[in-house]
Amino acid sequence: MGEAVLFGILSVTALAGGVGVIASRSPVHSAISLLAVLGSLAILYLLLLAPFVAVLQIFLYAGAILVLFLFVIMLVHGHPLARTGERLAWQRPLALALSALLFLSQGYVSFRGLTSARAEPQEGLGTVQEVGRALFTTYLLPFELASVILLVGIVAAVVLGKPLPRGTAFPPEPQRAERPLSPVGAREGEG
Amino acid sequence: MSTAWYLLLSAALFTLGLLGVLVRRNALILFMSIELMLNAVNLSFVALSRHMNDLAGQVAVFFVFVVAATEVVVGLAMIVEVARSRATVDIDDINLLKG
Repeated sequence: MGEAVLFGILSVTALAGGVGVIASRSPVHSAISLLAVLGSLAILYLLLLAPFVAVLQIFLYAGAILVLFLFVIMLVHGHPLARTGERLAWQRPLALALSALLFLSQGYVSFRGLTSARAEPQEGLGTVQEVGRALFTTYLLPFELASVILLVGIVAAVVLGKPLPRGTAFPPEPQRAERPLSPVGAREGEG
Repeated sequence: MSTAWYLLLSAALFTLGLLGVLVRRNALILFMSIELMLNAVNLSFVALSRHMNDLAGQVAVFFVFVVAATEVVVGLAMIVEVARSRATVDIDDINLLKG
């Protein structure tokens, strides 16, 4: 009974946050709504006997990823969002129809696909000890590969963040559209 | 309390994320919608892990975290770079490859 009440409150929070993410005008509001989703999912993980995942959710998502999002929003913010106007009129209704179709099929599967009843709660299922033991025995190779993925991500972020050598950026300057088109040779002469 | 309700919530969150990717034009909000979808999948992983008393679902969530963190770092670096060179994060304006 208590689980159902808590689930109801948390699912309403999560869904409201989800709507906020996709409906907000400003990215900052989207990020705050995403925080609501992440927080309610973390409590749901606790409800599902997964304390390790819940803590990781707070540390990694709310702590690292969302802060990175806010940081980048601050960096990018201030650029006026130029609108081209060439939007497809049928895109939004089609997206709504396809999403509704997906949701209906997923809902059908979630109620019809589970043939067995839920197992009895097992003591210490998702504790740090249990998950850690599984990670370092059964899933040792994927665990090591995950570190390679993280390394690649670090290298990629450093390389992308490095300023390009002069003259190799394309298009060369953001204000390219404002100046009259000049011959390529003239621009090379400037550098 | 049946596991199906958790899966239904997961489906609803995934659908919201998909809708965000399909209709929004701001690259940052697009990325947040992708995060929303990843979280929806994580919820169904954990719910089914509880349903079957199997730790594999939670381990899968761990790896999803790793991939999501990497994806956000690389993707946001790309967005910053695009915003720096094109002065926009609207994906309709990033059409250099359009013929």
